[in-house]
Amino acid sequence: MHGRARENPGFEVEETKDGIVLSLTGALDTHSYPGLKKDLERLVARRCPARLEIRLEKVSRMDDHGVLLLLGLHQKMRRRGGECHVEGAAGPVAEALRMLRFEEICAAGPLKKRRLPNPVVALGEEAIRHALAMREMFVFTGAVLLGLLKVCVSPFSLRWEDTVYSMRRVGVDALPIVALISFLLGFIIAFMSSAQLRQFGANSYVAYLVALAIVRELGPIMTAIVVAGRSGSAFASEIGTMKINEELNALTTMGFDPVYFLVVPKTVASLAVVPLLTLFACLFGIVGGLVVGVFILDLTYSQYVKQTLEVLTLPDLAWSCGKSVVFAFIVAWTGCLRGFEVKGGALAVGGATTSAVVTSIFLIIVIDSLFAVVQLYYGAFALT
Amino acid sequence: MEDRKPVIRIQGLVARYGDATILDNVNLDLHAGQITVVVGGSGCGKSTLLKHIIGLYKPWAGTIEMDGKNVAALDDAGYRELMRNVGILYQSGALLGSLTVGENIALPILEYTDLDRDSVAALVRVKLGMVHLSGYENHLPSELSGGMLKRAGLARAMALNPKILFFDEPSAGLDPITAADLDQLILRLSRLYGTTMVVVTHELRSIFTIADRCVMLDKSTRGVIADGDPRVLKETATHPAVRRFFNPELIEADQEAD
Repeated sequence: MHGRARENPGFEVEETKDGIVLSLTGALDTHSYPGLKKDLERLVARRCPARLEIRLEKVSRMDDHGVLLLLGLHQKMRRRGGECHVEGAAGPVAEALRMLRFEEICAAGPLKKRRLPNPVVALGEEAIRHALAMREMFVFTGAVLLGLLKVCVSPFSLRWEDTVYSMRRVGVDALPIVALISFLLGFIIAFMSSAQLRQFGANSYVAYLVALAIVRELGPIMTAIVVAGRSGSAFASEIGTMKINEELNALTTMGFDPVYFLVVPKTVASLAVVPLLTLFACLFGIVGGLVVGVFILDLTYSQYVKQTLEVLTLPDLAWSCGKSVVFAFIVAWTGCLRGFEVKGGALAVGGATTSAVVTSIFLIIVIDSLFAVVQLYYGAFALT
Repeated sequence: MEDRKPVIRIQGLVARYGDATILDNVNLDLHAGQITVVVGGSGCGKSTLLKHIIGLYKPWAGTIEMDGKNVAALDDAGYRELMRNVGILYQSGALLGSLTVGENIALPILEYTDLDRDSVAALVRVKLGMVHLSGYENHLPSELSGGMLKRAGLARAMALNPKILFFDEPSAGLDPITAADLDQLILRLSRLYGTTMVVVTHELRSIFTIADRCVMLDKSTRGVIADGDPRVLKETATHPAVRRFFNPELIEADQEAD
């Protein structure tokens, strides 16, 4: 007995001994997809046929949603352990099935998810990657140091226009933010310390404290952190973008050394202006302390300045500038190194920028701690 | 064909960058299902025209209507709705580098449709099969070649079966065989979906393969200097720039004569 029922304008169902024959009609496209999908899945779920034959003679049009419908039915039947055959496609419908690779996708089976790598292999690969990166870092550092040596030997070989431009970007443009941060820092130190010193009637020592704290520690370190955030990140993103645009390859093939062309001017500029920025930071920090001293602690202006000059020595300032030269090198070196390490696309540039700032700040703090130890035990101007 | 309502209607378009006028009083009607190729020398305003049509730039004067709506006058919601029916293949493919090829194609489908995740995954496979990239679902864009990137970009542009598809120099940077394959793919997709296509290119071979209609822009007149079937233009054009463009052998002949 063959039953025949017209359940929906979009399809006709004919029962056979071993299953059902489904004749689809009309356009199988984006518009008919949602309704047909629901009806056909319900039909298959209700009748549970062992064999489903889908006939497409009466289909007038088919697009990717039509193929999606057929794929859905095919997968459903396969999951139930049944058979599914698509027959009768002709003309544009057959062309659409061919073009949208229906047979190929049916044969390919379920989509494989991207496998997570074996943890041991991943660990080994990561170790090798780091070892290679370390090698590149040494090569890069060597090239930068050689470049700086070359500048000392023949200063005219340096690209001075780029250097002056970098000096403006790293130094002059950073002045307002460095001044503001240092001023507020001096202000806060004076304000917080005065609350404690007042208990012992030692208000007058605020000037000493602010001057020493700002000049020996906070001036150089805050300036370096601001420069790392502003310029280290800019170096990394600039060089990283140049690398993915193949500008570095272009420089190399034109016979330029990319390190000498790009990194050395930035490094020289940083080495020149960061100590100056640090001196400005010290000055504004002391002014911040002075505002608290004069307006809150009732010290006189001349008294505050006199005490500041008493406690500060030239070696203190020299030590501060010396530290900032090292910090400047770290910031320029890290920023440019991270830029050179970029591989891939926009995502890698973002990663390099972040890494440049984080690495710079980390190294600045580590090296500042070393400086503190050196100053304490071996320095000519030790605190004790 | 001409009496039908156009899908894109450009009337009196003036495009300017600062003081420089790039396009001056351009009028064009583009019809459904047609492949229109926009050609012209460098700096003639091909990409400028494209960016004005898709609403990235606002016209200095004139109007651009897409599907009967003035593109420049639409609010954000209206523009978003309109763009749902528009696909764009950028020159580089412009796939998001942080997502796999499959995720790139799934992105608009998940955003604009109610399909469940399994159906989206299946649809992504169909789209990738359509552009001959089956099996590349889990690859990152950085792992694909230039031609593959364009095809993956095309699959993403066609993710929502748009009514109108724009191509910005699809053959740029591709070898002739890959470029010819891409042309065939564009033709087949146009036939299968009946999509209206606007292609900016200056590849002569592509133009003769895919174009139903060719619109040529010129830098000196800042507007359209030729409009019609490229095969007819090649034979009948009288404007020297158009004749030389469609018959490059004339350039060599002129050089020899000089």
